[in-house]
Amino acid sequence: MAKMTKEEVRQTKDWMKTEEYKELNFKRKSIVINPERACQPLGAVLCSAGFEGTMPFVHGSHGCVAYYRNNLSRHFREPIAAVSTSLTEDGAVFGGQANGFEGFKNCLNLYKPKMFAISTTCMTEVIGDDLGAIVNNARAKGFLPEDVPAPYANTPSFVGSHIDGYDNMLAAIIDTLGVKSESVSDAINIIPGFDTTTGNINEIKRLLTIMKVPYLVIADYSNTLDSPLNGEYKLYNEGATTLEDTKNCVNNRATIALQKFSTKKTIALLADKFKQEAKAVKSPVGIKFTDEFLMTVSEITGKEIPKEIEDERGRAVDSMTDAQQYIHGKKFAIFGDPDILTGLTSYLLEMGGIPKYVLCSNGNEEFKNDVEALLKEYGCDEGEVYIDKDLWHLHSLVMTGPVDMLIGPSHGKFVAREAGVPHIRLGYPIFDRVNIHRYPFYAYSGVINLTTWIVNKFIEIVDDTSDDAHFELLR
Amino acid sequence: MAINIKESEEIVEDVLNIYPEKPRKNRQEHIGVNKKDACGSCVAKSNLKSLPGVMTPRGCAYAGSKGVVWGPVKDVINISHGPIGCGHYSWGTRRNLANGVPGVENFMPFQFTTDFRERDIVFGGDKKLEQAIHELKGLFPTTKGFVVESECPIGLIGDDIEAVAKKTSADLNTTVIPVRCEGFRGVSQSLGHHIANDSIRDYVVGTGKLDDSQKTKYDVAILGDYNIGGDVWASMKVITEMGLNVIAHWSGDGSIEEMRITHEVNYILLHCYRSMNYISNYYNEKYGIPWIEYNFFGPTKIKESIRKIAALFDEHIQEQSEKVIEKYEPKMQAVIDKYRPRLEGKKVMILVGGLRPRHIVGAYEDLGMQVVTAAYEFAHSDDYERTTKELEDGAIIADDLNEHEFIELAHRLKPDLVASGIKEKYVFQKMGIPFRQMHSWDYSGPYHGYDGFEIFAKDMDLAINSPSWKFVKPSWKK
Repeated sequence: MAKMTKEEVRQTKDWMKTEEYKELNFKRKSIVINPERACQPLGAVLCSAGFEGTMPFVHGSHGCVAYYRNNLSRHFREPIAAVSTSLTEDGAVFGGQANGFEGFKNCLNLYKPKMFAISTTCMTEVIGDDLGAIVNNARAKGFLPEDVPAPYANTPSFVGSHIDGYDNMLAAIIDTLGVKSESVSDAINIIPGFDTTTGNINEIKRLLTIMKVPYLVIADYSNTLDSPLNGEYKLYNEGATTLEDTKNCVNNRATIALQKFSTKKTIALLADKFKQEAKAVKSPVGIKFTDEFLMTVSEITGKEIPKEIEDERGRAVDSMTDAQQYIHGKKFAIFGDPDILTGLTSYLLEMGGIPKYVLCSNGNEEFKNDVEALLKEYGCDEGEVYIDKDLWHLHSLVMTGPVDMLIGPSHGKFVAREAGVPHIRLGYPIFDRVNIHRYPFYAYSGVINLTTWIVNKFIEIVDDTSDDAHFELLR
Repeated sequence: MAINIKESEEIVEDVLNIYPEKPRKNRQEHIGVNKKDACGSCVAKSNLKSLPGVMTPRGCAYAGSKGVVWGPVKDVINISHGPIGCGHYSWGTRRNLANGVPGVENFMPFQFTTDFRERDIVFGGDKKLEQAIHELKGLFPTTKGFVVESECPIGLIGDDIEAVAKKTSADLNTTVIPVRCEGFRGVSQSLGHHIANDSIRDYVVGTGKLDDSQKTKYDVAILGDYNIGGDVWASMKVITEMGLNVIAHWSGDGSIEEMRITHEVNYILLHCYRSMNYISNYYNEKYGIPWIEYNFFGPTKIKESIRKIAALFDEHIQEQSEKVIEKYEPKMQAVIDKYRPRLEGKKVMILVGGLRPRHIVGAYEDLGMQVVTAAYEFAHSDDYERTTKELEDGAIIADDLNEHEFIELAHRLKPDLVASGIKEKYVFQKMGIPFRQMHSWDYSGPYHGYDGFEIFAKDMDLAINSPSWKFVKPSWKK
């Protein structure tokens, strides 16, 4: 085959930027190109990392587990512990129970977990292994001691995405450990959801402390996945949610989830089975959703929102009004997980920005309605919401209807480069910037951080691209 | 300082003591102490199942086929056929650099998946695959073909991707290559390399032609260089300066067009033996093309390899090659003079895959460093045969070294540097031990060739001698 000429290459490239190409691109049904979506067991492993002494135990091939560990390590720049049952071809034929038994035994011997958090892969789902039977048989045969809980969740990779895996695992853990008692504690539960910004969790804890609200963060990996370097490696870091607290969490007065779409099953479990007041708020991104979160906490606990927090809020609003001129009217393409996108849409609208494309590879109709309602509230008729679409769709959108900035995980960098616009990293995964996950984008501090990142990026571009006459000191 | 063999044996013994009898018996066969004259497989047994429930460093067959062998071929579209995860995790994470306009000549920055859902599992995905290939051909008309990499469910639900490949390649007049690399096959990524090699044999080898007017007696192909951080470009620079003509290089910055004409070369220069020995042997059997292993890590091994390669050719090449050595030796000496005093005597533990646990030893030794452990993720006995003579007596050789064993060995050997992968990186850094990722060159590179050695030396120095390590213990606790 003859090599393409430079002209032919250019023509093809240009065609990919056209309306005609966009139409073709949006017609495809059977191929997904650059989706910002991972599979369920990844979420299960992340969730498990938030519990004391817990080993994520993935029933399937060790190749899957190598991928989850790599993926999470690249984002957090932290060690990620997880094991598999190392199933191979004979496991596919005869089932994976024998590997399960041996896996429990080896893992207990080497890593002495206090709990196994068991999830599945597509292999064990397809061959139809029965996790409940494997766990029960392992107990009966002495491979799994009675005092080591082993919650298990089916997390098929061909259903949902990483956020569902998080939810399924969390529901299984609470369902297994939770013991309802007569007495109700004053504390509230906080469930972060699939949120890989450890700074967000810390920020919420800080606010609750200021409000003097007793709380329990369930699946708290803010310490385990942001552990100190002190010369000692700990397989199980301190600071995760203890098993004792998890057992009692169902007796706390209420549960607030900071994400809706990654906690559906867990919230339903707490409400239906444990009869707890349990609900998800909109992720507290931007002023409005943070206000709502704090008011929800205040309402449930009867604690007032103190002046200290009101002052914080004031400072955040101050940072917005100081900088809003740089965002007002600017168009954004944002992508990633649904809860983060809902919050981010709200923040951008508060700043006068235009969330022109809100694209979610793992969003559903409910998400679409939520975001469209926000757009409507602000009279933003330029915003478009796309669910079940991927970053190659985003490429077509951005090439045919330009934006000023992309905000989302690292994978968006290829679109940003083609479009020649800046890309602020937010969400999961972030593989190509350091420390971003340590800075909250939640709550009032998050407003200041988001404003700082976005606005300073725009200003940098003005500096980088202005001629001498316009290269000014003042911005 | 020489390594004390008896001490090493005691350390291994001690580390294995945590295991009860059965797993101990298993692991004992995989960890040994080197003696240069010992047979490799006597030191470590290999290519066997991992223990369930332990943190093995291994990946799967899909990782070997898609991630390693086929993934870097830039002008074809690699379709991760099955559920969403596998393609997502292997998207852009191996640093196989490639030239070419993205989306037109180069599909490396993309992740293509058939994204299986429940209905595909129940009803089968062959129709979806067929339609996917049609849609892709419409969206990316310049692609030179399609490689379909099966994920676990494909083999379990009995899909016939071979039939789909046959039909679509006829319908669209293009190449469609089915690769049966379901993750449950074999014990590690190694079988995936083999499966991918076989698919190259069956669908690519000999399908192109190099015009006679373009042929020279110096035509070679580089196989088993994946262009991590630009490795193959650094290697080609040396090989080209030797006077050789690189007709094809796989699969780093590779193209199927070059793969098709590889049978026209006179010699195959093989860097990663583990992942591409199969296809190299096939070229030898079918076309009588000899292949030769070489090692482009560090000036000592580069020099040896240049001479070994040059010996295959005439005096002209041999003279040119000596000139290349002469040209670079002073530069390399300057690198060594700069870094060796800062690295002399530092101890290294290595756990990686492919060729590196043995190939990179010389580069460390050029810097005065000592490799005290060389461990492989997925080696075979022929790898260990090649390893024993590269290492000092008393060095620990380990197969499928798991995280527990690795940590325990490090506690006892007290290395100055651990060279392994992303899963291991932060474990050792938390222990305060300097670390370099040796799969991805820790986002640096290239490490191959003369250009690569300078970067390698700089990176090892910055890892070990970074002032930041001084702050691990609080000032008030020192």
